Amino acid sequence: MGSSNAFGWAATDTSGHLSPFHFSRRENEADDVTLKILFCGVCHSDLHTIKNDWGFTTYPVVPGHEIVGIVTKVGSNVTKFKEGDRVGVGVIVDSCKECECCQQDLENYCPRTVYTYNSPYKGTRTQGGYSDFVVVHQRFVLRFPDNLPLDAGAPLLCAGITVYSPMKYYGMTEPGKHLGVAGLGGLGHVAIKFGKAFGLKVTVISGSPNKEAEAIHTLGADSFLLSSDPEKMKAAMGTMDYIISTISAVHPLAPLLGLLKLNGKLVNVGLPSKPLQLPIFPLVGGRKLIGGSNFGGLKETQEMLDFCAKHNITANIELIKMDEINTAIERLSKSDVKYRFVIDVANSFSSSNM
Amino acid sequence: MEHPRKAFGWAARDASGILSPFNFSRRETGDKDVTFKVLYCGICHSDLHMLKNEWGNSTYPLVPGHEIVGIVTEVGSKVEKFKVGDKVGVGCMVQSCRNCQNCAHDLENYCPQMVLTYGAKNVDDTITYGGYSDFMVADEHFVIRIPDALPLDCAAPLLCAGITVYSPMIYFGLNKPGLHLGVVGLGGLGHMAVKFAKAFGMEVSVISSSPGKKNEAIEHLGADSFVLSTDQHQMKAAMGTLDGIIDTVSAVHPLVPLIGLLKSHGKIIMVGAPEKPLELPVFPLIMGRKLVAGSCIGGIKETQEMIDFAAKHGVKPHIEVIPIDYVNTAMERLLKADVKYRFVIDIGNTLKPSS
Repeated sequence: MGSSNAFGWAATDTSGHLSPFHFSRRENEADDVTLKILFCGVCHSDLHTIKNDWGFTTYPVVPGHEIVGIVTKVGSNVTKFKEGDRVGVGVIVDSCKECECCQQDLENYCPRTVYTYNSPYKGTRTQGGYSDFVVVHQRFVLRFPDNLPLDAGAPLLCAGITVYSPMKYYGMTEPGKHLGVAGLGGLGHVAIKFGKAFGLKVTVISGSPNKEAEAIHTLGADSFLLSSDPEKMKAAMGTMDYIISTISAVHPLAPLLGLLKLNGKLVNVGLPSKPLQLPIFPLVGGRKLIGGSNFGGLKETQEMLDFCAKHNITANIELIKMDEINTAIERLSKSDVKYRFVIDVANSFSSSNM
Repeated sequence: MEHPRKAFGWAARDASGILSPFNFSRRETGDKDVTFKVLYCGICHSDLHMLKNEWGNSTYPLVPGHEIVGIVTEVGSKVEKFKVGDKVGVGCMVQSCRNCQNCAHDLENYCPQMVLTYGAKNVDDTITYGGYSDFMVADEHFVIRIPDALPLDCAAPLLCAGITVYSPMIYFGLNKPGLHLGVVGLGGLGHMAVKFAKAFGMEVSVISSSPGKKNEAIEHLGADSFVLSTDQHQMKAAMGTLDGIIDTVSAVHPLVPLIGLLKSHGKIIMVGAPEKPLELPVFPLIMGRKLVAGSCIGGIKETQEMIDFAAKHGVKPHIEVIPIDYVNTAMERLLKADVKYRFVIDIGNTLKPSS
């Protein structure tokens, strides 16, 4: 690699503390697009990674996979993008591009996906969007529609697609049906917006009573169900067609399964670090299912961005500067954010930081 | 007597589950009823669970049996689909509300007011008695026609075991030629899943903890391969190879290795119902977009479809026909899974009222 041409903030150990970090990025090759990063969303996965919660972090790691910016250079094979284009990069930056999954635009399920950060790649490791620029294969770059704001749109690149993809795949889009959204954070708040855009009735399921007002008045949910109230949970049994669970803590599945109607579908997009307990009787007795989903392929992510542009769906964000990131991470660990931090990268990195 | 007609069968009087001759009564043939002489009744593992009150909801005396076939002897004045002499069967249910969304969509099996063929409270407040008996009276809607191509003794187990695996295979799309299906557990349900899967043109692997079942699975049931679930190497080699799994095991068992056998977007369908929760690792579900689902028997329309399919494609259970006197021994053997693969009681020839 050449001399350190890139600058970002990295975690260097399991404390997860982020600090300035010089590193190198590869040259822009024929199929690549280089983008100057303007904004980057802070995803809970960033927090899990910097603290090595999942056990596969290699330090130093620059997190960030909700990246938006402006194209500064394109390779000779690139036809879809040109300098000045508003673009985004999400959770992955490469895949094998040949297997059945890749051929079906499901790069996210390719056994050889390369994640935007913390993945081995071309002899080094990928580093993410808490940095000044990134070089990405054109297939993994997304066009940002003109009327979608870059800052509030950044979280769509992970949070957005993570709920949009399973809602489509599991058929949770029939107007008039009843969607439950369990957990009200980055993923949950976007799920409400998609649910309403699909014409669903949306109920937020949460253990925090103080989230009710926001859920209904700010986010547009139709109702709120306090999961810690046994009577309310009982009254709501068998009322929901679908549930998206964004809860990443270990939690009981039986109450959520009980909320589903016959043929109901519970989709888990949260990543608890330990297995959950699955009671089988409710599945058998009601032909219910529990499934998982992992963000989405590039074609579908583009579709999702275009859908959001059309329906004016963006994330509710709190914009921060890069040097506020450690405080933000701490607040995120306590779920103290409505509902996504987004780093104003371009305005954080003045020449004095380099 | 609660009902006007004398009936005779074998019942258990308590949770020992021991069956013995029992006199009881059935209703007269109502306008919409079909009455039939019972010729055969399959023994389902559910019968054993109910006899011993393992689910905590058994009422005694209990006359089990919900894989019942016979010949029509009488039909009510409003019955349109059947006549005397027809070969018919009744499965796991004899009534439902006929009004709700589920009933309207031919999903009577999920109706909250569905009445089970035995051990349940019927709409007239009496308890239902099942097919270990001389005749049955059932609402026409819940009676299945048995095609001529299907021998009656073989038809019996299809009414529960058959539909229990057929329904989810259809609903979850595990019925397409070329797909690779895993079947966990090789008993009454499991062997039917293998046969239906072959009839659908699928590749079939049997997954079992009993090495002795390999030969049977491949030579006699037509499975393409066998994976010994206790063998780490075999399980590892089979990872990511299955489009779907039908899991018939009702004992508590680990899901993790089975989820690993699925390809991405794979589905595991539980048709056995372990009474304790199973550990569910969420990572593999998410990383592979896999799902775990359940299914419970099937609606009447689909049960008829299944019977017709079985008749057309020669899908027949492997059965051991027994006289009624053997039933307690059969239950002991069933408990040890010592049957290939369904006992069927020859009611017509061996059930005689005690003098």
